[in-house]
Amino acid sequence: MDLNITAVELGKKIKNKEISVVEATTAFLDSIEKKEKDINAFVTVDREGALKRAEEVQKLIDDGILTGPLAGVPVAIKDNMCIDGMLTTCSSKILSNFKPTYTATAVEKLETAGAVIVGKTNMDEFAMGSTTETSYYGETKNPWDLNRVPGGSSGGSAAAVAAEEVPYALGSDTGGSIRQPAGFCGVTGIKPTYGRVSRYGLIAYGSSLDQIGPLAKDVTDCATILEIICGKDDKDSTSVKETEDDFTSALVDDVKGMKIGIPKDYFGEGLEAEVKESVMSAAKALEAKGAIVEEFDLSLVEYAIPAYYIIASAEASSNLERFDGVKYGYRTGEYSDLHNMYKKTRSEGFGAEVKRRIMLGSFVLSSGYFDAYYMKALRTKALIKQAFDKAFEKYDVILGPVAPTTALKLGESLSDPIKMYLGDIYTVSVNLAGLPGISLPCGYDNKGLPIGLQLLGKHFDEKSIIRAAYAFEQTREYKRPAFAVERGL
Amino acid sequence: MQITDETIEYVGILAKLELSDEEKEQAKKDMSNMLEYVGKLNELNTEGVDPMSHTFSVHNVFREDVVTNGDDRENMLANAPEKKDGAYKVPRTFD
Amino acid sequence: MSKVYETVIGLEVHVELATKTKIFCGCSTAFGGAPNTHTCPVCTGMPGSLPVLNKEVVNKAIAVGLATNCTITQNCKFDRKNYFYPDNPQNYQISQLYYPICRNGKVEIEVEGKKKWIGIHEIHMEEDAGKLIHDPYTDSSLVDFNRSGVPLIEIVSEPDMRSAEEVIAYLDKLRTTIQYLGASDCKLNEGSMRADVNLSIREVGATDYGTRTEMKNLNSFKAIARAIENERERQIDLLEAGEEVIQETRRWDDAKEYSYAMRSKEDAQDYRYFPDPDLVPIIISDEWLEEVREKQPEFREEKKARYQEEYGLPEYDADILTGTKKLADIFEETIALDANPKKVSNWLMVETMRLLKEKEMDAEDLTFSAVNLAKLIKLTDSQAINSTVAKEVFEKIFDENIDPDKYVEEKGLKTVNDEGALRATIEKVIAENPQSVDDYRNGKEKAIGFLVGQTMKAMKGKANPGMVNQILKELL
Repeated sequence: MDLNITAVELGKKIKNKEISVVEATTAFLDSIEKKEKDINAFVTVDREGALKRAEEVQKLIDDGILTGPLAGVPVAIKDNMCIDGMLTTCSSKILSNFKPTYTATAVEKLETAGAVIVGKTNMDEFAMGSTTETSYYGETKNPWDLNRVPGGSSGGSAAAVAAEEVPYALGSDTGGSIRQPAGFCGVTGIKPTYGRVSRYGLIAYGSSLDQIGPLAKDVTDCATILEIICGKDDKDSTSVKETEDDFTSALVDDVKGMKIGIPKDYFGEGLEAEVKESVMSAAKALEAKGAIVEEFDLSLVEYAIPAYYIIASAEASSNLERFDGVKYGYRTGEYSDLHNMYKKTRSEGFGAEVKRRIMLGSFVLSSGYFDAYYMKALRTKALIKQAFDKAFEKYDVILGPVAPTTALKLGESLSDPIKMYLGDIYTVSVNLAGLPGISLPCGYDNKGLPIGLQLLGKHFDEKSIIRAAYAFEQTREYKRPAFAVERGL
Repeated sequence: MQITDETIEYVGILAKLELSDEEKEQAKKDMSNMLEYVGKLNELNTEGVDPMSHTFSVHNVFREDVVTNGDDRENMLANAPEKKDGAYKVPRTFD
Repeated sequence: MSKVYETVIGLEVHVELATKTKIFCGCSTAFGGAPNTHTCPVCTGMPGSLPVLNKEVVNKAIAVGLATNCTITQNCKFDRKNYFYPDNPQNYQISQLYYPICRNGKVEIEVEGKKKWIGIHEIHMEEDAGKLIHDPYTDSSLVDFNRSGVPLIEIVSEPDMRSAEEVIAYLDKLRTTIQYLGASDCKLNEGSMRADVNLSIREVGATDYGTRTEMKNLNSFKAIARAIENERERQIDLLEAGEEVIQETRRWDDAKEYSYAMRSKEDAQDYRYFPDPDLVPIIISDEWLEEVREKQPEFREEKKARYQEEYGLPEYDADILTGTKKLADIFEETIALDANPKKVSNWLMVETMRLLKEKEMDAEDLTFSAVNLAKLIKLTDSQAINSTVAKEVFEKIFDENIDPDKYVEEKGLKTVNDEGALRATIEKVIAENPQSVDDYRNGKEKAIGFLVGQTMKAMKGKANPGMVNQILKELL
């Protein structure tokens, strides 16, 4: 079968009996088998389980029990979401043997809708990184150029979709971890409003920032997936009641009168010219369709990264305390006493970037520094939220780049953490403010690498960004990555 | 801000991380750089601004006081590195 | 000349709330299950699990706050307290630091007739830790998370107490109040009430506080009193020797009657509190507060006054009956079954108290039902059994909560009122005890007592004592 197919298209073919669930699943599993040695997008591939599940799902479809748009469509899940009985590692040594006995709510919702899970995707260890290079299981490579990173931390999910190893995947976004890899890999991803999708079963990095979202080939897929996974969950106190969640109803090619703001501060120093040009031409395309596009000063942009790293590291230092060799996961081989066991387990189990953030997070929360750093960051967060609130009084959607550059070379940013952090400049403020954002391809640089466009919306107004993204998407063709084309796949 | 050996040692105790000498040097450098970088926030006047934990106004999310979970010990212990008699086994905690 | 010191004591009291489920998950709080049989991903700190607050915990915390004259924080939050220990599954405890649910309360205590207010600094909600069991065979520790996540409130007093007596009175006051609320059973020996003692000393007249220590592991009122005395002396000795008291946490060993410092290089006591992002704020409306207020029960002081007024009980009796919620409950339930209040009070004050003391039990442990006590009183009222038998039956009720009607019937304990049978027995007794008969007839009134006794003995205690007396006199 042709693997260059969207999830919704495949769902239709399955429903129309043009293709069986087992055939579709087998085709993607074979695709994974062929490409994994180059891409390394997966930590776990569950061929046997997926095929068994495919048969069950086929029967449920045949019996008329499963009728949804994604019934029978294979999917990959980022390896920080728990699935009952399936290895869930967060790409860390410390969870290298962890099989949860419960399933994340978002994944459970997909299963109920008839998804066939083929495996778990690679990521930066505990989602800490923007390149997927900090994984204990080796880096994932960008299907557009195997010498480049796929972005991160949901790099495995983005690369798997781009490389046609799966039609769609779930990722998580704490500071840009869905949007940035989507941009680097030329696919589409949504970071929903904080509270839109249950975090139950998502292994926490920064609890006040984390959101699960879809990565897929187009806006239609993303809206369809989000419609399935969203909703209030009794197991997550921070998930909220459904409102304006008929996302697919926003898939209309009409932006007449839509007010789009472009923050001037997003186009300053550090932004590559080609990225700037491509994003600005996307704005023009929307303007041509009747949107009212205007530049404005968002302000505070340069404070988002410092605030983000303080808050995310502080929360992470606490969230990751539970990995101690007592209840699950890795325990060091030899130890003299309890605290020695803790220290050796954690020092051997966590990678360098994770340790760096735990140390920073523990420090900013420690006695004497809490107010100066953590509270200061929470106040800054309030100011950033206010700045967005003000902007959204005037605009329906904010438009800008996803990242200052296209995909970086492998190893390029590892040596200088701060440089890597700066790459998150356009994405982190969205998490701080809890807003929804979508990332979709808007062009290619002279190296042929995809450039991402980012659209931001008001709280719980995913529909506006989906509408704008869909309208823009109609102006261009989906392009397959060089990897797929070169290999004649 | 200059990070001392003592600070690294202290944070290591808090975070239960044991760094090699080489890692300690790196951590000192990284943390100093990072703190200097995030010190940028001091440029901002945040007087009178309430610290914001959640960006939305959800409150009063409760469970009713009803038992919903039964005995799930086997599952809870399934991943334990060491267990004995239905409990997690750890190095001695008693003096 | 030696200096005169005063002891300054503040208490941190942890109370397990009597909810059906844990504070953040739907696991049972039932006591005594096999290890880890009341656990789930939330209370074992599994990755990806999230807490959801049990509303009843908030209700009970508010109720305790109102009963102790606190101001309720109408916008309160949970914070994380970070420290590594195997009984703490997430290695952070969800607690409250910045916005505790209650603040600025006070309760009145009485010691040797002197009344005094003890201030309450705050009350906060938090989760309990699991249990560590030492395994001597492998020289390791075993972790049981059944108690992990059981709801607690921590009641932090002001440093207002000056003696062990005041501390005990304060604890007793808290215990009675919380028991009356039904918010906890407050058993020190089972750990549902635990007190940590913060103690410092200073010269009488000084305005500054001395350096304080925190004493843990106090499992009974007696242990608390001993530990206070011991720590007071230890601190005085230090100061007298020109040394300093170190601010530290100490653990009391009641068997050895001494305490030792719980110091460790690995224990920095820097808890890095911050607001828990997994939980949302609790906003307590005026209506909610009013709802809890309306459900507050009649407390001890009110009850005591009412017992005196309504039932004409002496103050001493009313005080004892209201001393525990359990006793007051039995009293009121028995009266509700039409039993005479004074008689009920009498059974509780005399026999119940005697048996509690003899069996070293607390009133909270009483298991007999008001129905059976009421039946017993009816049996004595109708003279179906005499008082000796009644005491014997009561002990059976106390121990096994037997039905006295059935018991008396089955064991044939009914008083013998049959004049013919009594007469026959008494005639026999008179015939067998000529000496006593002579004595009586010679004016020794007391001799009749012996004859009554002999008659009762012959009738296995079941004879109607009034009739025995009457017939004896007649026959003599």
